[in-house]
Amino acid sequence: MTARIADSPRAGNVGIVIVSHSPLVARGAADMVRQMVGDCVPLAWTGGNVEGGLGTHVAGIKSAIEAAWSEAGVAVFVDLGGAETNSEAAVEMLGPARAGKVSICNAPLVEGAVIAAAEASGGSPLAKVVATAEELSP
Amino acid sequence: MHIGAADLAELIALCRSEIDRNCAHLSDLDSAIGDGDHGANMRRGLEAVFAEREAIAALALPDALERIGTILVMNIGGAAGPLYGTLAMELGRAMSERGGAPDFAASLERAIAAVARRGRSGPGDKTLLDVLYPVQVEVLRRSAPARVAECAQSAAQSTQAMQARRGRAAYLGARSIGHEDPGASSCALLTATICRYLREHDAP
Ligand SMILES: [Mg+2]
Repeated sequence: MTARIADSPRAGNVGIVIVSHSPLVARGAADMVRQMVGDCVPLAWTGGNVEGGLGTHVAGIKSAIEAAWSEAGVAVFVDLGGAETNSEAAVEMLGPARAGKVSICNAPLVEGAVIAAAEASGGSPLAKVVATAEELSP
Repeated sequence: MHIGAADLAELIALCRSEIDRNCAHLSDLDSAIGDGDHGANMRRGLEAVFAEREAIAALALPDALERIGTILVMNIGGAAGPLYGTLAMELGRAMSERGGAPDFAASLERAIAAVARRGRSGPGDKTLLDVLYPVQVEVLRRSAPARVAECAQSAAQSTQAMQARRGRAAYLGARSIGHEDPGASSCALLTATICRYLREHDAP
């Protein structure tokens, strides 16, 4: 299941994507991000396998990245191992030009996405958005 | 041996039924040290390949492998999707650059290295690589298919003694010891299935 949460009136801001094994977790985390930054950051979430059970899948992640696309780049937040590996595969499928503008963050899913969105809403570049979120991980 | 369209379609069908037959077993192995979805995930992937087998079999082998890899990435889900997908895609790419069978061993080596990079894993991490590396050694020695299959199956069993360092099983620490890795197990099943077909149809 994949959903675009916000159309950005400020398309210059870095986009945020949330990838969880659970659609409920992904959607809940996205709700928390939206509460924090409203609609000024492109935001999408995806969770669950192709059958709607717990898991992740590449096509869903790829669509979420496309839905939250920003020329400033996209920061992706993942929960467990398969979410990360599948996100890497999805990023590769975007092709080299777009793949270079996507970062999979080594940060906690909820806290990382919220703090990254706050940083992105101020117009920070991708590297700064990612660094701010990754400061959360020891 | 030369793998023609009919061989490829038959190999796909055999792999699909082998995974289907062992679906519950693979999920049980995954339940013990992971999230219990490996059987269902592998079955979904193989079903998707099977659904396209006619079109795949019509392709040259390297292109067919690349296509199979893409289907596996898109359909298996879980960490196994990108790992098996990378294996097939890179094998296809390497074979098309190297020009086929004589360099199969070198192509396989390159594909396995790509799987290791994708999974950021190495030998002894209790993953499907612990089957792929010994299989690669046998292929390099040009061992008979029966020998390669035996090696794959004993390699999968030997993951029992390993402590997982990658994937969800790693969270269990020492408690992951004593269970066979589900990825290693599915990898051995597929290897043995392919080897059995090669033995019955060519027997070098
Ligand atoms: Mg699993």
